[in-house]
Amino acid sequence: MSRSMSRKRPNPAQYRRARHKRPAHAELFAALGHKARLALVARLCAGPPESISQLTSGSRLTRQAVTKHLRVLERAGIVHSARAGRESLFALDPEPMQQMQDYLGRVSREWDRTLARLKAFLEKTEL
Amino acid sequence: MENRIEKRIELNAPVSRVWRALTDFREFGEWFRVALDGPFVVGQVARGRILHPGYEHIVWEALIEKMEPERLFAFTWAQVRHHDKERYSPDYSSAPRTLVEFRLEKTASGTLLTLTESGFENIPADWRGDAFRGNDGGWTQQMQNVEKYVAETP
Repeated sequence: MSRSMSRKRPNPAQYRRARHKRPAHAELFAALGHKARLALVARLCAGPPESISQLTSGSRLTRQAVTKHLRVLERAGIVHSARAGRESLFALDPEPMQQMQDYLGRVSREWDRTLARLKAFLEKTEL
Repeated sequence: MENRIEKRIELNAPVSRVWRALTDFREFGEWFRVALDGPFVVGQVARGRILHPGYEHIVWEALIEKMEPERLFAFTWAQVRHHDKERYSPDYSSAPRTLVEFRLEKTASGTLLTLTESGFENIPADWRGDAFRGNDGGWTQQMQNVEKYVAETP
């Protein structure tokens, strides 16, 4: 333990600060936590890249609202846009969502194993 | 997309027994596979060393958030980015943290334990999360645990 003791000990206040930072994954979850944006994601997921006009024509939202939601999705890295003539075409990038899901899957499986060990531990020890 | 993990497990032991397995640092260390330096105290950082073979270089560190006897045990801990010896850093001061909560409920046959881990939105987007938490040796390990469990409870 000598190595760990020689290191600077973080104090509880540091922990709290670190927890309240909002790095990029927070944007990913925030971006997906909205009905209109989820609908846009679902639409881009199922079809080819589309312009703001095309996405507006297929929804009940105004052009301004669609634009606003697309920008949020773009900042979170969920959609990317590319110029096509006078318009921008928006396409889905599943990578960030996939990465997060993979990570959560690993954490989830690790908990399955840990809790199985707890169960086994309780079975083998006296009450 | 869910940004939290929730697990429920029925344990054939009374709530008081499960509470001890969770909050006595020696007992916790046995099934969590960590050699802790000392007892859990609310508001203080608990530290120890991981006992998983191949991961003994990793420091386990958590801030104990809540201990409501026989009801709730909660801590926040750092998400380790790289577990391999070459890239691992024991400096967790800027590591993203998640909240782990164990909730206990009495049932007819023992205890219902609900585990939640939340705060994954604190993890930077470029993380992929490597090995340890769910490496490929994991399922083999899981099968061994099941075998051991079955062998010990005829």
